[in-house]
Amino acid sequence: MSGVMKRMGMIFRAKANKALDRAEDPRETLDYSYQKQLELLQKVRRGVADVATSRKRLELQLNQLQQQSSKLEDQGRKALALGREDLAREALSRRSALQQQVTDLETQHTTLQGEEEKLTLAAQRLQAKVDAFRTKKETIKATYTAAQAQTRIGEAFSGISEEMGDVGLAIQRAEDKTAQLQARAGAIDELLASGALDDPTGMAKDDLTAELDRISGGTDVELELQRMKAELAGGSPQQAIEGGTGQAQSQQHPQDTPRFDKQ
Amino acid sequence: MIVRIMGEGQVKLADSHFSELNKLDDELLAEMESGDEEGFRRTLAALLDAVRQLGTPLPDDALEPSELILPAADASLDEVRQMLSDDGLIPG
Repeated sequence: MSGVMKRMGMIFRAKANKALDRAEDPRETLDYSYQKQLELLQKVRRGVADVATSRKRLELQLNQLQQQSSKLEDQGRKALALGREDLAREALSRRSALQQQVTDLETQHTTLQGEEEKLTLAAQRLQAKVDAFRTKKETIKATYTAAQAQTRIGEAFSGISEEMGDVGLAIQRAEDKTAQLQARAGAIDELLASGALDDPTGMAKDDLTAELDRISGGTDVELELQRMKAELAGGSPQQAIEGGTGQAQSQQHPQDTPRFDKQ
Repeated sequence: MIVRIMGEGQVKLADSHFSELNKLDDELLAEMESGDEEGFRRTLAALLDAVRQLGTPLPDDALEPSELILPAADASLDEVRQMLSDDGLIPG
């Protein structure tokens, strides 16, 4: 009864031997295998590039979400200043939903970074082994007859084919992870584009902004005036706001305005 | 002996460590067969730690086959099970 490590070792070796057994002239197998190795290297490099692309896309989305988040925070503050606690509450609850997304994306970002690092190192290891194999391959082809080469080739093969099996699997896993993340990133892109993150009701129009614009149309000026009056009076702005809520006396009759009759 | 940690590379260990690794390896197999995911994670982590601590990394350009091969740290129980099946996950 052998454990996991032993069995895996045996399985890898069996695969390498199977590849060798299929060969008519082992020296041809060397060339064929080398071609396969170069293809795999290409694939790993593409894999690294794909992961990097996904990572950059995530970074972009994170930035966008962060921007939305601080916009909502500003809106909450503004709504509160205008005495609209209901709107402020709405803005802040949307912001906390966004923060969830941000946290989630940050986790994915860490995953991708790890994957990118692993693949980069795998590419380096494979490159070193492929170079060593090429050297060995040329030596074998130059020095030995087909019959003699058999054992030497076996030696060269087992190490590189094990590496190829390992790297091939790593690439598969990275591709799966990347594909999953791409799908989710696509969904978030759509959300960002439709404005649905601004507006969970799904209406394309950002109702919160619209409402704030509506109520603050004149009020911004009012607030500013209050603040200035308060500064001039040397009192606290709070007093001025409380005391300054009186209606401006704008009910003057036109007759009250001085008239300069031309005689 | 030479041990490969999948996704990390190969390390060389003195044969004297074989028995303790073997014990953990048998545990790992039992946990895999009983579907004990938590135990599997724990044992795999212990095995990986032991191999990393006791071994010295082989140079990248070594072409030597490994006697023992360990799954990657984040490999799931199902993945390992598939690798051990006859026509497993391993490409090639």
